[in-house]
Amino acid sequence: MTEAGRHRVVDAPLAPPAPTAGLLDVLGRRYLLKLLVRREISARYQGSFLGFIWSYINPLSQLFIFWFVFGYIIGRGTVDKYAVHVFCGLIVVHFFTETFNAGTRSIVRNKALVRKMAMPKEMFPVASMLVSLYHVGPQLVILTVVCLFCGWTPDPLGMLAFALALAIIAVLGTALALMFSAANVFFRDFASAVTILTNFVRFGVPMIYPYTLVDQRFGRFAELYLFNPIADAVLLVQRAFWVGSTDDPDATIAEHIPDDLFVYGVGALVGSVVLLGIAQLVFTRLENKIPERLS
Amino acid sequence: MTDPAAYDADTSIVVDHVSKDFTLRYHRTAKQMAVAMVKGRDISDTFSALDDVSFTVKQGESIGLMGLNGSGKSTLLKLINGVMKPDSGTVLTRGRIAGLIATGAGFHPQLTGRENVYLNAAILGMTEPETQRKFDSIVEFADIGRFLETPVGNYSSGMFARLGFAVAIHVDSDIFLADEVLAVGDRPFKRKCMEKMQEIRESGRTLVYVSHAAGSVRKMCDRVIVLEKGRVGFDGPVDEGIRYVKYDEDSTKPEDQEDDELGSDV
Repeated sequence: MTEAGRHRVVDAPLAPPAPTAGLLDVLGRRYLLKLLVRREISARYQGSFLGFIWSYINPLSQLFIFWFVFGYIIGRGTVDKYAVHVFCGLIVVHFFTETFNAGTRSIVRNKALVRKMAMPKEMFPVASMLVSLYHVGPQLVILTVVCLFCGWTPDPLGMLAFALALAIIAVLGTALALMFSAANVFFRDFASAVTILTNFVRFGVPMIYPYTLVDQRFGRFAELYLFNPIADAVLLVQRAFWVGSTDDPDATIAEHIPDDLFVYGVGALVGSVVLLGIAQLVFTRLENKIPERLS
Repeated sequence: MTDPAAYDADTSIVVDHVSKDFTLRYHRTAKQMAVAMVKGRDISDTFSALDDVSFTVKQGESIGLMGLNGSGKSTLLKLINGVMKPDSGTVLTRGRIAGLIATGAGFHPQLTGRENVYLNAAILGMTEPETQRKFDSIVEFADIGRFLETPVGNYSSGMFARLGFAVAIHVDSDIFLADEVLAVGDRPFKRKCMEKMQEIRESGRTLVYVSHAAGSVRKMCDRVIVLEKGRVGFDGPVDEGIRYVKYDEDSTKPEDQEDDELGSDV
């Protein structure tokens, strides 16, 4: 072979081979992201006879438990259309805890790829969030059917509230998943700690109890409660679905929904975006040592 | 920081004063660490895998990377393909990179061969239509038959390596990394790999070939770099390089010649 025959001109810049743009790289590689998400979804129901039906059975059973134990057995301190009230909370809490838990484990679980292939590692927590978002679908179907049954009609402001709630949880969940997925590589303790943290989420939001109770017990400190973005997201979903399902929506809004909910909601989204930025910085710092620690 | 503009247009790989340390951790749990601290032992230690390594490679050059086990060859390849970043120094590359590191591809053990081909191709930067177009050719080269629909975790090491190599060579890369690809696999497959790598070389792609087999390095490479404990011990012509690592001594018997060329370990 002569030298001339082997000549090849590469029209690309000399650049560091490792991906450097973090989450922006993830956005640029949507086909790979799609494959990862699809794989995760199909893996979840692999070898299962009922398959995707489990996505409906699980939230339905939870709905039933909460309705039966709190609405029926305990039967105090509940509100009109209590089951819908709880289910609005469950959707948000599930979306968040699934993203946080699965996202935290995502890099360790995919170590076969991380150790040998050059790819933005942010891909894995983001994929976990999208898989969790995908599972919101069946729950949303159940919620809509139940609400329509209660005489609910969609209103534009409600739908805006729902979109805002999903955005808050998606950004917040990704931010936390990003930070903890990297930390989990160094100490697997983080995955266990996250499981415990998410246990608290269920009780830190107005799901089992109405927000009115918080307002009554804590008075002016109730404002601090609204600094919890997940609580805001739950209230926003309740504004979207539960309020319209009650007998007198206007009275429900006046009594159970905080006045400045949308202000808190937008604030929560902005706060989550800031946290995502911080998470990216933390991730970039830890990332360098990830491949060698995964052996 | 190294300025990319300072290099010629035909520069393919730049490794400039690159160092990489690994942290060795002796004790992992809180209990073990407490005991070690009481007894005054080290909790961790660092190990220098690469120490101030510098060289540049021109597009189309074919490099034989040699050295003993643990001399830093695989770490260097991981830095070149971007799996790891150097602790200090700069690595720059031009164009798309494909190849194998430490004999295997990054496959997900629970996924089938088919799913892994698509995933692996996507990670290497191939689009869906591109993968579909090349899929049959990849499968044919890997020659794994009906195991295509089986999770790769159940594959034999030879099958695993074949599928990984098959995907890697089908990527339109400008740089190809081959890390002991021939260490596993039977003789017909090794021969097929060697032919394919010659094709890669003749198409003007940069080739970085890690091997312990002097014969195959001699056949495949224009230049040899020898790593010794993380440093560049030799960088120059092939024959001298092979003499430098003293791999040449026992490959003089004629009947060993083919084995040697096909990359059997010395």
